[in-house]
Amino acid sequence: MAQRISKNEVAHVARLARLALSEEELERYTTQLATVLEHAADIASLDIEGVPPTAHPFPLVNVLREDVPRPCLGRDEVLSQAPEVEADRFRIPRILGEAP
Amino acid sequence: MSAGDRRSVAAGHTRPAAQIAAAVRAGELSASTVIEDHLERIAQHEADVHAFNLVMADAARARAGQIDRLVANGTDPGPLAGVPVALKDLLCTRGVPTTCSSRILAGWLPPYDATVVRRLHDAGAVFVGKTNMDEFAMGSSTEHSAFGPTHNPHDLSRVPGGSSGGSAAAVAAGFSTVALGTDTGGSIRQPASLCGVVGAKPTYGLVSRYGLVAFASSLDQVGPFAANVADAALVLDVISGYDEFDSTSLPGAHPSAASLVGREPDGLRVGVIAELAGAEGIAPDVAARLREAADALSASGARVAEISVPSVRYGLSAYYLVAPAEASSNLARYDGVRYGLRVPGDDITEMYMATRAAGFGAEVKRRIMLGTYALSAGYYDAYYGKAQKVRTLIIRDFEEAYRSCDVLLSPTSPTTAFELGSKTSDPITMYLSDVCTISSNLAGHPAISVPFGTGDDGLPVGIQVLAPALGEPVMFQVAAALEAAAPQSAPGGAR
Amino acid sequence: MSQQSPLNASSATPGATGAGPTGGWETVIGLEVHCELRTETKLFCGCRNAFGDEPNTNVCPVCLGLPGSLPVLNKQAVEYAIRIGTALHCRVQPSIFHRKNYFYPDMPKDFQISQYDVPINADGWLELPSGKRIGIVRAHMEEDTGKTTHVGGGGRIHQAAHSLVDYNRAGVPLVEIVSEPDMRSAEEARDYVEELRAILVATGASDGKMEEGSLRVDCNVSVRPEGSTTFWTRCEIKNMNSLRSLGRAIVYEAARQVELLAGGDRVVQETRHWDEADGSTHSMRSKEEAFDYRYFPEPDLVTLKPSEEWVDAVKASLPVLPAERRARVAAAAGVPSSSEAVATVVRLDLDHLVAAAAAAMVDGRLALRRVANEVAGELADAGSYDLDPEAFVGLVQMEERGDLTSAQARTVLKALVAHGGDPAVIAAGLGFRALAAGALAEALDQVIAANPREWVRYSEGDDKLTGFFIGKVKAATGGNADLRHATELLRQRRGPH
Repeated sequence: MAQRISKNEVAHVARLARLALSEEELERYTTQLATVLEHAADIASLDIEGVPPTAHPFPLVNVLREDVPRPCLGRDEVLSQAPEVEADRFRIPRILGEAP
Repeated sequence: MSAGDRRSVAAGHTRPAAQIAAAVRAGELSASTVIEDHLERIAQHEADVHAFNLVMADAARARAGQIDRLVANGTDPGPLAGVPVALKDLLCTRGVPTTCSSRILAGWLPPYDATVVRRLHDAGAVFVGKTNMDEFAMGSSTEHSAFGPTHNPHDLSRVPGGSSGGSAAAVAAGFSTVALGTDTGGSIRQPASLCGVVGAKPTYGLVSRYGLVAFASSLDQVGPFAANVADAALVLDVISGYDEFDSTSLPGAHPSAASLVGREPDGLRVGVIAELAGAEGIAPDVAARLREAADALSASGARVAEISVPSVRYGLSAYYLVAPAEASSNLARYDGVRYGLRVPGDDITEMYMATRAAGFGAEVKRRIMLGTYALSAGYYDAYYGKAQKVRTLIIRDFEEAYRSCDVLLSPTSPTTAFELGSKTSDPITMYLSDVCTISSNLAGHPAISVPFGTGDDGLPVGIQVLAPALGEPVMFQVAAALEAAAPQSAPGGAR
Repeated sequence: MSQQSPLNASSATPGATGAGPTGGWETVIGLEVHCELRTETKLFCGCRNAFGDEPNTNVCPVCLGLPGSLPVLNKQAVEYAIRIGTALHCRVQPSIFHRKNYFYPDMPKDFQISQYDVPINADGWLELPSGKRIGIVRAHMEEDTGKTTHVGGGGRIHQAAHSLVDYNRAGVPLVEIVSEPDMRSAEEARDYVEELRAILVATGASDGKMEEGSLRVDCNVSVRPEGSTTFWTRCEIKNMNSLRSLGRAIVYEAARQVELLAGGDRVVQETRHWDEADGSTHSMRSKEEAFDYRYFPEPDLVTLKPSEEWVDAVKASLPVLPAERRARVAAAAGVPSSSEAVATVVRLDLDHLVAAAAAAMVDGRLALRRVANEVAGELADAGSYDLDPEAFVGLVQMEERGDLTSAQARTVLKALVAHGGDPAVIAAGLGFRALAAGALAEALDQVIAANPREWVRYSEGDDKLTGFFIGKVKAATGGNADLRHATELLRQRRGPH
């Protein structure tokens, strides 16, 4: 049976999702994902071209709020949960690339 | 295995929430006494069940005392006065650890309360603890918790169902009177069925999701567990209603879920979903309980017939594309930067990858990758895009069915509770547990599981009542009728 | 897309003279401008939208992306977005939000809520002062990110030891305006940004402060042989913090691409970073392949469908925009609307002066000149002004009638701008009026009488003394004489020679 997803694709997807995988995990997940996608093939074969997608069960529109300030969080409470803090900011290891 | 060999700590008859609240408000019963009783049961049996990630004994006692003082001062604490409530550990509780049963959030203290938590508190509830669950609500057995599984109180060698297994077990074991869970693909109803308690998923948007740690945003809903239908409706009425902090919250007033409870189902049209009635995978004893349930409703005056909802058979596939896709995005924020686990790295990317590898369990990783794949360039139309179209088909089929039916009926779970470890080696086997419940999430419709007899193994069976959007009143009406007609040996049912 | 060799290889070198700025090549520019909206609060939560506050003091569960948080859309942000869209002649349409998924520490959710294939505003245009129209593809809403500062390595990202993140800015409302690749030079690109800024400020949606980051510009630059109608490979350039940087970056990048192509190499489609210090762009290619944003509709937000009434009300409430203002000033002055003087007047908000002159039926072109040159100049020096339009009109009338020379008029104008007042009174106070009738002749006679020896020499033909006499007249009249007239009179006194 042809795999619905290859090991390379799984590795690529893991990288996109920022998940480090061991070689063993890569093998295992590839098999498992392929099985799930195989099962999902029943809808892949459905001819539903003209059917509109449902993003929300109910078509609400224009849910808006007034531009009025609300109390925000105390900085201490926020930073108290941070793994590393420096100069009242969240400290992180160096970033190698620019933002897209 | 006969009932005699089984290790069971299921509570017998428990006092309904409505009664507790009435008595506490009237000054006839002390909230402190109530909570002590429940803490005592926890002390006796929690070690065997592991329903909780955290038992909030001190906070519960303090709150109970506060309730008693309010009553003594002539203040009404509210419709859930003194009622012990367990909260699924993905509902944010300010200053109290909220872990989602994940290592990546171990020890995280939210700086805010979920709206539903606030509403229960304002109604006089006493929080007993945060319950165990499948990590980030992904699972059907509570075996995917980073902190060990929960055991089914009816048989400690079996699963309680999932992902809200801890909440279901807490009610079944009498640790709390009621509990809150969440339901994305059946995560309230299925464990309710396996644990022999009532569990309801409301109409999408009826209950605020603010403070509910998101799994699949367009499917998640908070709902109640209780030992009886009336209590479930009471809790739902307390937590539901418009919330300005949730853009998907339904505006306007809605009829009370409890409004038709107790009324006979005379003349109501009940459709038994053909695709789920005796389908492949539905255990024969479960199918038998369904037929009996249908007969019982018929005897009570309802008009029962079989009805086809064809797209239901595509529900699992659509769900296992939509839910992981949304989850892969919702769980991206767990990256070690602002809170939770951080595994150091030389640079930010290394840190992200090491943190998420160490912090997430296998099931979560599987779904994140599945979801990422379903959304990725070149695959969106074939997978996520298609799945969203299948949702439309399901909604249309339900609309068609509800032209000739007031409610629908099906089993909740294809089987009774299975043994711990029996389905964890193959994800697909586990996913099939959701076949009966999933379509309601995809359509945004309400559904409820009501205990109705046992299987051949003596373990609880749940029957599911489905209703159209905002059909809670008729749904609870039929559920109550089922409950009243349930075989006497149904465990945990109110008399 | 083929990389043909240039039609005219020998002239295809950067800086070579030729029909275009890079000799035989045409530069093609498209701009993406991110505009911060002037709302009180953020796009999806009630935290304050403020610049410069202490780090991490304007944050809440929503803009921090804490587990369980949900976005709720700010109505005023939508109002501003509609204002921008209508000011740019866009179609305002029902729209939805999408999630743009990628990992970066300044993004609390590791996805950005933005708009993808169905934006709120689409298919508009704006008109440059030159009269050229630049197409606007879309102007959509999205949330801003937090700010990272880099520690060590001179504050630059690539040599940093570690970084620090402040989320005050995370969640601030943005409108991203994407132009068609209609610009053909750095000057045109700068004009576009200036015009867009003026429009954004006019709508009230933005304060236009590029230096505070409320307006950020990225550009897409490609080149192609002159006369080509296809688009060649482009690069995106980021990190230009001023109009000057923008211009320099475009010039550099166009030249870089021409050099590559002329040498037979291809231009690689990539994002490049403008380095202000060394005046060049650098490739930002990291180990990462192209970003796959995995866009999907934001499930936590619902459809946005501004009513016709809302859009009409916005249209009706917009002030007169720069292009229309230029048209009006040009009409009042009787010059083409593409005139630079007209652009200057509008840019500096001095239209009302020209309008007042036109209403008084004063020489429009003269009035325009005085505003665009003298008033604008004073404004540049003094920074502010207090010029009553009636006073200005009166002054121009005096000059028009010949009561004042142009030099005198400019002096009075300077005084008017600096201190206000009545031009006639000021002129009299400076002694100008006296020179109107015969005063100049009188002053000349006095100078001649006072300098007899020089007068004799001049009378006998010593033209070099012209300057001497004119200088004396100038001193005697406080520098306010019309020197051409004075020279005339001097010659007449001498008589035919």
